[in-house]
Amino acid sequence: MTGRTKTMLAALALAAGIAALVLVPLLLNRYGLYILSMWAIMSIAAIGLNLTLGYAGQVSLAQGAFVGIGAYAAAIITTQGWPLVAALVVAVALCFVIGWLLGYPALRVQHHYLAFVTLAFSTLAYLVFRNEEWLTKGIYGITGVPRPTLFGWPLAAPLRFYYFCLAALGIVFAGAWWLVRSPWGRAFMALRENPMRAMSLGVDTRRYTLMAFAIGSSLGGVAGVLYAPLVEFIDPTPFTLGLSLNLLMMVIVGGSGFLFGPLLGALISVLLPEWLRFSEGLYLIVYALFVMILLAWSPTGILGIVDRYLARRRARAASAARSAAMPEALP
Amino acid sequence: MKTVLEVENLGKHFGGITAVDGVSFQVREGEILGIIGPNGCGKSTLFNCVLGQLQPSQGEVRLDGRVVTGMRPCDLNRLGVSRTFQLLQVFPQLTVRENLILAGQEHQGSMTRRLFGRRDAGLTEAAERMIAFFKLGHLAGEKAGGLSYGQQKLLDAAMAFMAGPRLVLLDEPAGGVNLTMLALLKERLQAINAEQGATFVVIEHNMDFVMSLCTRVLVLAEGRVLAEGTPDEVRANPKVIEAYLGH
Ligand SMILES: Nc1ncnc2c1ncn2[C@@H]1O[C@H](COP(=O)(O)OP(=O)(O)OP(=O)(O)O)[C@@H](O)[C@H]1O
Ligand SMILES: [Mg+2]
Repeated sequence: MTGRTKTMLAALALAAGIAALVLVPLLLNRYGLYILSMWAIMSIAAIGLNLTLGYAGQVSLAQGAFVGIGAYAAAIITTQGWPLVAALVVAVALCFVIGWLLGYPALRVQHHYLAFVTLAFSTLAYLVFRNEEWLTKGIYGITGVPRPTLFGWPLAAPLRFYYFCLAALGIVFAGAWWLVRSPWGRAFMALRENPMRAMSLGVDTRRYTLMAFAIGSSLGGVAGVLYAPLVEFIDPTPFTLGLSLNLLMMVIVGGSGFLFGPLLGALISVLLPEWLRFSEGLYLIVYALFVMILLAWSPTGILGIVDRYLARRRARAASAARSAAMPEALP
Repeated sequence: MKTVLEVENLGKHFGGITAVDGVSFQVREGEILGIIGPNGCGKSTLFNCVLGQLQPSQGEVRLDGRVVTGMRPCDLNRLGVSRTFQLLQVFPQLTVRENLILAGQEHQGSMTRRLFGRRDAGLTEAAERMIAFFKLGHLAGEKAGGLSYGQQKLLDAAMAFMAGPRLVLLDEPAGGVNLTMLALLKERLQAINAEQGATFVVIEHNMDFVMSLCTRVLVLAEGRVLAEGTPDEVRANPKVIEAYLGH
């Protein structure tokens, strides 16, 4: 295959995927649309975590907390009569700053120590959601979170709100694509693979680490801002450590460090419980088994398998081309 | 000749171990200084203390007369000092070309400009030139992790030269490299030294390589400077023969 046909094929696959995401929901009922909207929202949060973890190599068990911060910001601000855009600005700014600060421990500790630090933050955020009743209404939660209007166009209907989430996902995905291909993306990967060497080549690892946390966290906030009007009721329960772990799973199962990884991981995480609903309580066991087998086989997730397959095929094609080019050199 | 780098009374202890014990030397502009000495005599630790990877326990490092002791490696690198490590250090998941572009990108503009400005202006061309110079042409699009050891070693050295440094510190560039590649490496280093006036400090165990490449040699033993001089002087020095060359 030439590079040209490969690009064509990739573009075709992408177009087919987008068409499916736009057209299939026309056939779905309310609940199906809710599930797909949830997928789009979780994908946004997972894309953020993929930047921090998959590209920059910084473990975080706090992404769920940032979704919570975004959701509470949206719930509090929009129930006061402000538009969702205002909540978006506040949530992104807040999560960016808090994410930046959370990056500081990463300058001193790595791997499982960093996981513990971010886990502690996650717990702290949950306690704030539950106990600061003057702000969050505590365990009673905030009811009646309104769905937004876009330029005077109400988005309350499930299908419209789904398209709204899908458009947001499209923008976030394009932004991540743009970032990963920029010099920053390259510096993030250098940070992941060899921080000491990166530093010796002039990469200010400290600033890039903080940026990776800040950007990834603010995308968690964006997801939260969409989550609140989707479920229309916000209380602390969804934002326990479980959500952070779930987001981590999405990134790892899909393939961390691959742009499409979080989308795939989120799809599995959101759809699998639906498919396995007949199995009742067995769902978690099946999911856990699936994750364990997958990671034992391919630590880089599903897209890691695809990537290795393509690399092998490329190598075989290259060696075939070489031996075809110099047949007399063979014994 | 101008002095580029001055190291004065530098020391480094690890707990009870004294790895570097009051080392002083100067590096003059345009020279190729060799550093030799037995295993574990503190050569790599000396580099790490000079370049900010480690905080020295004592002493001072000056670049062009300016004190740079304990400066962060990335800031030092942007002042035109670059290095390689003893153990291979390339970014395995990036391609050869990306490794080289990365090695040059932080020397252009501000962090904001690197995100929003024109991307990699001139860097792709510079990387291609470096790839041709180190004869890595057929590998430009390959992931660095898939290259042979010697090829990665060449790439590692090429990365140190990407930003056109004035001073380059190489820790065992010849280790594990075969004879053909070794000749290539030496020829490349000499060419960069002659054409761009870059100054080198090279740690190496390969005596033929050091003695034919370097203009001056510093001998370390047990964390101290044992001798210093031209390759011939050092080879003839009885103390050096006893401590290092003679065994
Ligand atoms: N991080 C460290 N912690 C404790 N001791 C160390 C550390 N790094 C080096 N050392 C000790 O310092 C001494 C000098 O080590 P160094 O790596 O500088 O030697 P070297 O001259 O580069 O040796 P070689 O030729 O084998 O590379 C050794 O005794 C080593 O064990
Ligand atoms: Mg060494």
